[in-house]
Amino acid sequence: MAPTFFFYLFSIVLVLCAAMVVSARNPVHSVLFLIGAFFNAAALFLIAGAEFLAFILVIVYVGAVAVLFLFVVMMLDVDFEQLRGGVQRYMPVGIAVGVLLLAELIFVIAGWHVHPGAAQLRFAPAPAGVSNTVALGQIIYTKYILLFQAAGLVLLVAMIGAIVLTLRDRRSSRHQRIAVQNARMPGDTMELLDVVLGAGVGAGDIRRPKVTEPDGIGDDPHGHGGGHHKAEAHHAPEGR
Amino acid sequence: MIYTLAVFAPLIGALIAGLAGRWIGDRAAMTASVGGMLVAAVCGPAAWIMLEWGGAPAGVVSIATWIQAGSFHVHWALRYDALSASMVAMVSFVAMLIHVYSLGYMAHDSYRRYRFFAYLSLFTFAMLMLVTANNLLQLFFGWEGVGLCSYLLIGYWYDRPSACAAAIKAFVVNRIGDLAFAIGVALTFLTFGAVGFDAIFAHLGQHQSEVYHILGGTIRTYEMICTLLFIGAMGKSAQLFLHVWLPDAMEGPTPVSALIHAATMVTAGVFLVARMSPLMNLAPGTLTFITIIGGSTAFFAATIGCVQNDIKRVIAYSTCSQLGYMFLGEGVAAYPASIFHLLTHAFFKALLFMCAGSVIHAMSDEQDMRKMGGLWNKIPITYVTMWAGSLALGGIFPFAGYFSKDAILDAAFAAHTPAGYYGWLMGILAAAMTAFYSWRLLLMTFHGTSRADHHVMAHVHESPWVMTVPLMVLSVGALTAGFLLHPVVLGENWSSYWQGAIQLASTNHIMATMERIPGWATLLPSIVGLLGIAVAYWFYWWNPMLPVRLASTFRPVYLFLLNKWYFDELYDAIFVRPAFALGKMLWQTGDATIIDGVPNGLAELTVDGSRGAVKIQTGSIAVYAFVMLIGLVTLVGVFLIWG
Amino acid sequence: MIGSMPVGVGHFLVVSAILLMLGVFGIFLNRKNVIVILMSVELILLAVNLNLVAFAAALGDLAGQVMAMFVLTVAAAEAAIGLAIVVVYFRNRGSIQVEDVNLMKG
Repeated sequence: MAPTFFFYLFSIVLVLCAAMVVSARNPVHSVLFLIGAFFNAAALFLIAGAEFLAFILVIVYVGAVAVLFLFVVMMLDVDFEQLRGGVQRYMPVGIAVGVLLLAELIFVIAGWHVHPGAAQLRFAPAPAGVSNTVALGQIIYTKYILLFQAAGLVLLVAMIGAIVLTLRDRRSSRHQRIAVQNARMPGDTMELLDVVLGAGVGAGDIRRPKVTEPDGIGDDPHGHGGGHHKAEAHHAPEGR
Repeated sequence: MIYTLAVFAPLIGALIAGLAGRWIGDRAAMTASVGGMLVAAVCGPAAWIMLEWGGAPAGVVSIATWIQAGSFHVHWALRYDALSASMVAMVSFVAMLIHVYSLGYMAHDSYRRYRFFAYLSLFTFAMLMLVTANNLLQLFFGWEGVGLCSYLLIGYWYDRPSACAAAIKAFVVNRIGDLAFAIGVALTFLTFGAVGFDAIFAHLGQHQSEVYHILGGTIRTYEMICTLLFIGAMGKSAQLFLHVWLPDAMEGPTPVSALIHAATMVTAGVFLVARMSPLMNLAPGTLTFITIIGGSTAFFAATIGCVQNDIKRVIAYSTCSQLGYMFLGEGVAAYPASIFHLLTHAFFKALLFMCAGSVIHAMSDEQDMRKMGGLWNKIPITYVTMWAGSLALGGIFPFAGYFSKDAILDAAFAAHTPAGYYGWLMGILAAAMTAFYSWRLLLMTFHGTSRADHHVMAHVHESPWVMTVPLMVLSVGALTAGFLLHPVVLGENWSSYWQGAIQLASTNHIMATMERIPGWATLLPSIVGLLGIAVAYWFYWWNPMLPVRLASTFRPVYLFLLNKWYFDELYDAIFVRPAFALGKMLWQTGDATIIDGVPNGLAELTVDGSRGAVKIQTGSIAVYAFVMLIGLVTLVGVFLIWG
Repeated sequence: MIGSMPVGVGHFLVVSAILLMLGVFGIFLNRKNVIVILMSVELILLAVNLNLVAFAAALGDLAGQVMAMFVLTVAAAEAAIGLAIVVVYFRNRGSIQVEDVNLMKG
């Protein structure tokens, strides 16, 4: 009884939130409705008995992904009024196609029943007496360890990819170039001169500092070198 | 051995001059070419003398195998018999003299001379291959080779459009003859199973009564073959109807005219008929045809030669006319007489051309006789040698032309056939006109007051010795070859000279009969010749206004002759214009519109199609997603309903 | 209607189907900005997760929950990358209107 009521409650709110996600004018509202949808989905997961997954949904999806969405939405200068005309054109056809899809799906679901021998084909039967989390842990780290590691790799690649795509090398930042530093010899930087007694540093044959910035050694890990060479040339070493 | 050397030495000279001439320079190229010719000129006559008087046996010098295809076997081989050896001797000697002459004539030419000498030597090689061929295919190789070199040499000064047009004209008209020749060779192979002369002549008796049924009529095989071969000869030797290329061929340098269009290439047709004499004897219809064509050509060309103003054209029509004589002789089956005339004609016609070249050289490239005159004491050597050539041509006793031309006319009379009499009459008239125009040329060019401007006259000078020595050598030949050779080549012992290279039918005694025709018929050619000379003197020495008044009185006749009987205009209207119109139509409609239109149209179709299809690429990802969704829904629906 | 029958797997599946449809709808129907598309993708993935968990519960098979967890992982990674792309795109083009993303127009 109660599960049924809560099920209907959460599913209706979920559907409403999802509908608002796609039709809200303000993209920030869209993200917030998305967060609402995630919460309700987590609740549905709980009803279905997948506790670990429900909490993971909240922590990861809401806590990380949706927040990321929010960051990006607020970072980009989005004009949230512009609903350019043209949506009206596709609306009838779109709705028709969507309804058709829904009808097909429900048609499939309605005519579906479980085979009597399906119980024998279970990949990972739920062990009795342990909590969902423990049960999941028991199979992930043993049977599905390869998939687990692969998922980790996917996350690693995604992280590197996101950094690679969006990192901008600021021209004003000077970072260490270890190889250049190691390769520097005393003769490149220092020179002993005889100064005439009584003459200042500005007179006579005092040359400017010897070291010039060498280009290209250990430079440009991100391949943005095009804009840098001109900037580099201006950098005379400060020491004299 | 020396026979082979005689044939191939010009080729070596041609290859060196032609391929390496650009790098070794003109002098080295000319040395190579003339050197090759000197070798040939020594070996050719030597081989001839050894065959006739040195007792060397006739035979075949095998070189290599050419074609082995089923039952069709053809070999490269040189035929060493009286006919070939005589021709080799004449060709190599005359060609050598012309090569030497060209050293002087082309000295101030604007083009690099190695090209000229390479072509000249190559031509000589091709001609030698033609006359020494042991089978019809090798003869055809030489035939085509001389045609090619004729084209190259006529169009030597290729920046002149008239020269290029003349070269093309020569080649195309020759082609018509070559087509008939090729069909004749094919029919020969079909009939005899071989194209080698020995094979053909050995089986002559077997196919005598075979006939072809064509177009509702029947024609004997031999007649068909011989007629086709003769049409090829007509093209190459510029007989009536296929003569139109010869006068225009004078666009080439004078040595070219001397070699190709006097002595060698145009005589290839005569040579062919003589070579095929055993077969020709069995085709009397063809022989009659040859007689009529030969006689008509002789008369026709002579009439035109009487009114031409270009010095080289006169001599060109003279050549055409004399070739008609040769065919006339062959038509009545007096082949030795024709070949004898061929040999003597080579000497004096080459001489005449080279003298004309010398005059042109002296007159700073002026060729119109109306602008010459009064040269006889300024270029005496040329003058004297030209007299020698003209005397030989005119058939004056005891010079070369007398013996050979009279032999032919006697034979024509002695044939006692209607065609023979026709040919004889035409020949007599042509003899009169030959003498007339030859002396017309002499008088207009060398005598009278000079009609050239004094700049030209101031430059008149005798040609250098490289040019005059060949003239003198040839004039010796022109004067003496007749009475030296005629008892050997003709007369009672003619068959011991020819040794079966030329064969007469066993019922044909014309070589004997022609000696016994009535006296008036024997004398008539000489009489009309002297008459022609007299008329020439009357017209151009005593009474120079007479020809002008005659021309204006009989203006249509004059124009008819001057315009070469309007043959060029006739051919232009019948063949050339329709061909051009057809070509233009095929080009513009057929090729450009239809044939090019198909791929172009397909391309247009493709481009338009893709332009329409590319509208699917809206670039809007929402549309793409939408389409994907529709696809998904459709797929699911398909699986639901039919799955 | 409400409370008439116990919650079976079918109910979950219907909810999941509706969520899927809404997510798909959102992809091509919005004209506002590209981030909504990404959010719609998250909705679709959520629907899938719900589906998996429903079957895991119905069959007593934990594999469904394991799969759902991995889907969650990948969805998070994909959301991060997608947003990074949007950020870079915005930097270069200055707009994230959906209609402006049309460089591939043929």
